[in-house]
Amino acid sequence: MSARRADAIIVGAGIVGAACAVALARDGLRVLVIDAGGAALGTTAAGMGHVVVMDDSPEQLALTRYSQSLWRAQDDAVRAASELDWCGTVWVAEDEAQLEALPAKQQLYRDHGLETEVLDETTLIEAEPHLRRGLPGGLLVPSDAVIYQPAATIALLALARTMGAEVLQRMPVEEIVPCGVRCGADTLRADVIVNAAGAAAASLTPQLPVIPRKGHLVITERYPGFCRHQVAELGYLASAHVMTSESVAFNVQPRSTGQVMVGSSRELVGWDASMNRRVLGRMIARACEFMPALADLVAVRTWTGFRPATPDKLPLIGRWPDVPGLWIAAGHEGLGITTSLGTATLLADLVASREPAIDAAPFAPDRAVTAGVH
Amino acid sequence: MPQSSVAAVTISADGRSVRVPAGVTVAAALLDLGTSAFRRSVSGEPRAPLCGMGTCYECRVTIDGVAHRRACLVTVAEGMHVTTADGAEEAPA
Repeated sequence: MSARRADAIIVGAGIVGAACAVALARDGLRVLVIDAGGAALGTTAAGMGHVVVMDDSPEQLALTRYSQSLWRAQDDAVRAASELDWCGTVWVAEDEAQLEALPAKQQLYRDHGLETEVLDETTLIEAEPHLRRGLPGGLLVPSDAVIYQPAATIALLALARTMGAEVLQRMPVEEIVPCGVRCGADTLRADVIVNAAGAAAASLTPQLPVIPRKGHLVITERYPGFCRHQVAELGYLASAHVMTSESVAFNVQPRSTGQVMVGSSRELVGWDASMNRRVLGRMIARACEFMPALADLVAVRTWTGFRPATPDKLPLIGRWPDVPGLWIAAGHEGLGITTSLGTATLLADLVASREPAIDAAPFAPDRAVTAGVH
Repeated sequence: MPQSSVAAVTISADGRSVRVPAGVTVAAALLDLGTSAFRRSVSGEPRAPLCGMGTCYECRVTIDGVAHRRACLVTVAEGMHVTTADGAEEAPA
């Protein structure tokens, strides 16, 4: 084991680690991916399958837009295995103020080459017949997609293997050392170490500003056609943005099986993964306010997980100056499924000293991080 | 089934109007009609009642337009519409 020599060791076989494995292997590096558990079983399993453009900040917009274009250009086998469905997103306005903000949002998307459609009360219901009557309108973003991210992760790892990467599962990394990782008595060495350990990233690089942000999810039985798009309330961004308090926001996604995934909740409660029935109840009630027919569906499973949150809502991508050889690909909060591919490409560009397609400076892991700047 | 000696109700099973004994479960009625696929798994495999007591969820059918009803827990009723996996398309929920 200690004789094993890779050029790059990626800690974490979630979707970000898997995408980094592909990007670095494509550059000719001998890649080793190590995960304490199994592929896509940690942070990746906690999420919904967004492949969306989000406009909470210019930097977030740039990274999500870039990442989405990479999903569109992704290897055919990976796209098929990921159940990638370009179903689009319907953002639902709840009141006149949100409705009046839509033209500016539409213009912002247009400035980034994305055509959207402002929906009125009637066309909103035509787009999503199970939405409550009387909602004033919304914005249809046809270019968004949903994927089944555990399958996407496994497909990315399989693609990396075809380029020579190795994946070791059920092997906890106990410590990241200069140009190496320690697993029990063994230290595995490589010039490039990538911390892609999701919500647990700060346990291996303690100064990283990544904290676990808990969420609940519900998945229903199969009801094909119940919703046609991903549907979310426009208040979602505000809910995601508030870092101090507990919040819920309406967000549903259709799965290719016909199941409906229902979110979302946000809490800062450390690593307490227990089901919070009060928050879960609030989350479901919020969803039923927008889609009353959800109340008649049979739920088959509820679960909790942790988003890797950063104070300024942007991921940490790049070199970590305090430890020789260490690079970070972490802190993606609720957007890691979308931004995995952009993160990986950006990271590979930085490792290879190439000019990245988008500005990497806002994502520098050692940037001065302040909350609420956007 | 000695239909002459028991009360019967008429239900629609996959669009077919049939007389079944009153008081039996939908599962019993469908099995008596020779139904083998109550529902289908994600990969398309046929599923039918296993436990008969509401635990295994293998017997789910659409009853009066409501998807995923457990046939073993619902008693047949006059005029009830039941749709199995292979029955005529009936919009769920």
